[in-house]
Amino acid sequence: MSIQTASFQTSDKPMGRDDLARLVARDIKPGSFVNLGIGQPTLVSNYLEPGQDITLHTENGMLGMGPVAEGDQIDGDLINAGKIPVTELPGASYFHHADSFAIMRGGHLDICVLGAFQVSATGDLANWHTGAPDAIPAVGGAMDLATGAKDVFVMMTLLTREGASKIVEACTYPLTGVGCVTRVYTDKAVFLTGPDGVQVRETFGCTLEELQALVPVPLTAAPAVER
Amino acid sequence: MLNFIDTVGEAVAGIKDGSTVMIGGFGNAGQPFELIDALLDGGATDLTVVNNNAGQGDQGLALLIKEGRVRKMICSFPRQSDSWHFDAKYKAGEIELELVPQGNLAERIRAAGAGIGGFFTPTGYGTMLAEGKETRIIDGRGQVFETPIHADVALIKALKADGKGNLVYRKTARNFGPIMAAAAKHTIAQVSEIVPTGGLDPENVATPGIYVNSIVRVNTAAGTTEQVA
Repeated sequence: MSIQTASFQTSDKPMGRDDLARLVARDIKPGSFVNLGIGQPTLVSNYLEPGQDITLHTENGMLGMGPVAEGDQIDGDLINAGKIPVTELPGASYFHHADSFAIMRGGHLDICVLGAFQVSATGDLANWHTGAPDAIPAVGGAMDLATGAKDVFVMMTLLTREGASKIVEACTYPLTGVGCVTRVYTDKAVFLTGPDGVQVRETFGCTLEELQALVPVPLTAAPAVER
Repeated sequence: MLNFIDTVGEAVAGIKDGSTVMIGGFGNAGQPFELIDALLDGGATDLTVVNNNAGQGDQGLALLIKEGRVRKMICSFPRQSDSWHFDAKYKAGEIELELVPQGNLAERIRAAGAGIGGFFTPTGYGTMLAEGKETRIIDGRGQVFETPIHADVALIKALKADGKGNLVYRKTARNFGPIMAAAAKHTIAQVSEIVPTGGLDPENVATPGIYVNSIVRVNTAAGTTEQVA
């Protein structure tokens, strides 16, 4: 294992939520069809450049979703998956729910960006249920998104409030999908996950050795920065 | 047989105790509030309701649940900040929940309308929502067998109907309307406007009239749930 340091650490401090959203936005290839999950992933839309020509999908039945509606734009018949009024962009289309999830399940979406409680070393995702016995389970489209998109990016803080790594050997929370996550964007590093284990693309405010001390699975440096 | 009905009360009068009722809508968009209110007034009970959610606030489906008229919910996302009536019934053990991933919910409804006996899907494979279900490895991917969801009645909302029962919807209010219309034995649509036959561009019809049994005009202002004359 070759551990790089200087060029590898691309920021001298941890990433804030908006900086991380900007980084994810920059990593989305031009022309992609993308679904942004509810919560932190929604921030990514603030940083997509018009020149990227990204088409946003919302699973309640639309491609070509525009920014959140304001003032006179608010229309109760035009909402996103978080039930927030949004706008339509030129070239938008509407379709029913089965078509919308066929777009997802059928592998037509390039990327979905989701939040997570835990991601395993092999890309298993847990993001829908804490497993608490008194919690009312609610899954929505999380499992469909996790298994359907070509690439699943996760955005989360690396550590829980108690300081435990959310990148784990095996998820202890109920799974959303098996082996589905391809990248994890955290405040401390960007991880690439897959059958070959966990690779680190870059770190923020820490070295790979310092990162390894926080994460209970073997980390290797990704061979090259892939953008 | 297509019927144009004057009031929402008459439209839902045939719904019997113990029925499975699909209710369209995602959030407030496409939710047929007036038909749900009529169902509440009509008194049918012991219902199984299929909807994406389990009611919000103090209106529509939430009230049906509060009044103890729903025996079972089949939905993907029952837990919302304002789903207190479902929360209370669930915690009291007074309502059954079948939790279904949203895309599986949609596809199971679609399968019912299309006469499909079931399908294998990767969604949910390896999770607790697939426990006890048949699985196969297909094209190298684990997949779960899911069965269709049929219904006795569907209550949906569309923008316009013509004299043949063809429906068009508005923006994301389309959501579950077309698939529920096909899946139920009897589909009741509330629409803001009824136009003469020939008044809809056939290219734009989202639900062909063959799927629709009853139409009642409830004129809600576009993009709102407010009723206008």
